[in-house]
Amino acid sequence: MITRNRGFSTVAWLAAIAVVAVATALVTALLMNIGERKQEATRPFVRLVEVTEDSTDPALWGVNWPKQFDGYLLTAEATRTRFGGHGGSEALPQEKIDRDPWLKRMFLGYAFSIDYRDRRGHAYMLQDQENTERLTKPQSGSCLHCHASIMPLYRQLGDGDAMKGFEASYKYSYQELNAKLHDSGHAYPVSCVDCHSPETMELRVTRPGFINGIRALANSGAPVPHLPSIERWRAGNKAEPYDPNRDASRTEMRSYVCGQCHVEYYCAAKMPLTFPWGKGLRAQDLEAFWNETKFEDGSRFMDYRHAESGAPILKAQHPEFELWSQGIHARSGVACADCHMPYMRDGATKVSDHWVRSPLLNINRACQTCHHMSESEIAARVDQIQQRNFELLQNGGTALMALLDAVQAAKQAGATDEQLAAALELQRAAQWRLDFIAAENSMGFHAPQEAAKVLGEAADLARQGQVAALNWNAAQ
Amino acid sequence: MPWVLAIALGVLIGVGSFTFRYAEGLSYLSTDPAACRNCHIMQPQYDSWLKSSHHNVARCIDCHLPHDFVGKYIAKAENGYHHSKGFTFQDFHEPIMIKEKNAGILQDNCVRCHADLTHEVVAGATRPGDEVRCVHCHQSAGHGETVGLGGMRTTN
Repeated sequence: MITRNRGFSTVAWLAAIAVVAVATALVTALLMNIGERKQEATRPFVRLVEVTEDSTDPALWGVNWPKQFDGYLLTAEATRTRFGGHGGSEALPQEKIDRDPWLKRMFLGYAFSIDYRDRRGHAYMLQDQENTERLTKPQSGSCLHCHASIMPLYRQLGDGDAMKGFEASYKYSYQELNAKLHDSGHAYPVSCVDCHSPETMELRVTRPGFINGIRALANSGAPVPHLPSIERWRAGNKAEPYDPNRDASRTEMRSYVCGQCHVEYYCAAKMPLTFPWGKGLRAQDLEAFWNETKFEDGSRFMDYRHAESGAPILKAQHPEFELWSQGIHARSGVACADCHMPYMRDGATKVSDHWVRSPLLNINRACQTCHHMSESEIAARVDQIQQRNFELLQNGGTALMALLDAVQAAKQAGATDEQLAAALELQRAAQWRLDFIAAENSMGFHAPQEAAKVLGEAADLARQGQVAALNWNAAQ
Repeated sequence: MPWVLAIALGVLIGVGSFTFRYAEGLSYLSTDPAACRNCHIMQPQYDSWLKSSHHNVARCIDCHLPHDFVGKYIAKAENGYHHSKGFTFQDFHEPIMIKEKNAGILQDNCVRCHADLTHEVVAGATRPGDEVRCVHCHQSAGHGETVGLGGMRTTN
């Protein structure tokens, strides 16, 4: 006869204990999870190592701020959107100038016609610059202003005064200054210290080019409704010059730090690096500034002479800050970082995503915080804007090529430089506008209406130039 | 065997009660807005509510929960389940977005206070489809301006 233990078998008892044990384990796991989140919330980072103004190695900062550093490291990842980026192989990205042949002809006489590729992430900025075939032509040390964590070297060159060091740096060749950079031990791409104060981690700007440029903008009367601290400074007594690190709001700083480099500038060897903001931020304002600029030897400002036509050309760099300034997002108080480094949640902490990249790769965090609609709808709207801009851009390219064809034909028929002067001036104006939008890295999205206006002017000016070249001997 | 089970159950009840207490379980029965940011996810929503036009006339529950006793506790239980699951497993859509059912509760609460002004606007509408949603236009009422720490600070 089997004895029963008050109606329960041993197996049932063991099963009951096992169930309770599993339940206890789960509750304990939950308890631990809650505990960890509470810890995260009270202590977002632990300062384990000291960082100073000379700590250019981002890995050192990464010890204290691992979440931001993890994002920064991801800028080495290959990303691609329809109109920008890098396809993903280990090799350098595709040649932009092979895809749009008119770019190559537009840049004849300038090093960009040798090598001009799609951009890669922040982590590659120094390496890509050291490897570009454009270095077969003489390049200035000014280029390192934005491609390296350069401030310690500027201080070294200026005996402690970074502004002085900066002002001397354009006289060095790229190779000389790059060698000095490596000797100084600061050969890193853009790093934490370039945008953050090592003491407080506050955002700050460091680049002399930006500090001079934004000061010139503040001193001008150009309307800047999207930069209220400048308008406030103008309304004050102006006893001290405008200082972004003192006057700007946190929202503005979230754009200024990017504006240290993502701008139009002159960075060759004939004068110090210059941001052309003394008359405003629109393409036409920048053009007017350059048209009034003279080199130190008194000659007219230009980036290069066009090898085919001889026109004195302005090369647009990558005026993202300027074009953003004309758009609805800037006007609404949306900063660069709001879309390109949106806030993200990591456990119980809120961090800004240091994987700086196209918002199209991060639509939920970048756009949906404000735009309450589906990701596919947002992507479709952006695509529509960019496609229209792309078509206008190609249209402008065709017009510019027609101008160059007409100039060539006129030259072959015996036209002199004087007879072609009007056509060549129009080439300069048309090409400036076309390049302004082509080189800008948003395919028109940062300010679609402004981009369309600029491209409309480009095509018009190019066709005017074509007419002028066709009529080169009309007066005789 | 009964003793082992009794001890095990005791440990479970003890750890369970402590976890409940540690996670501030009782606060979820209160009306305090601070309870809604216990689990950290709602911190930005809480911060933005502090800066909104409604912060001294409406707490979280005034807009986000039904005002009848049964409906309120059903909604608390349902949202409580979804939120604790979402945060423990970290598997929700970001940015966090209101669900259709909760958007309906929200709309009812707008009208509950503002019926006198709005009855002609919303009259005749039946949810969901054709309804005029107050927050479609009055997006900043509950959580302030979306950008720029309360909108742009201008000189005038």
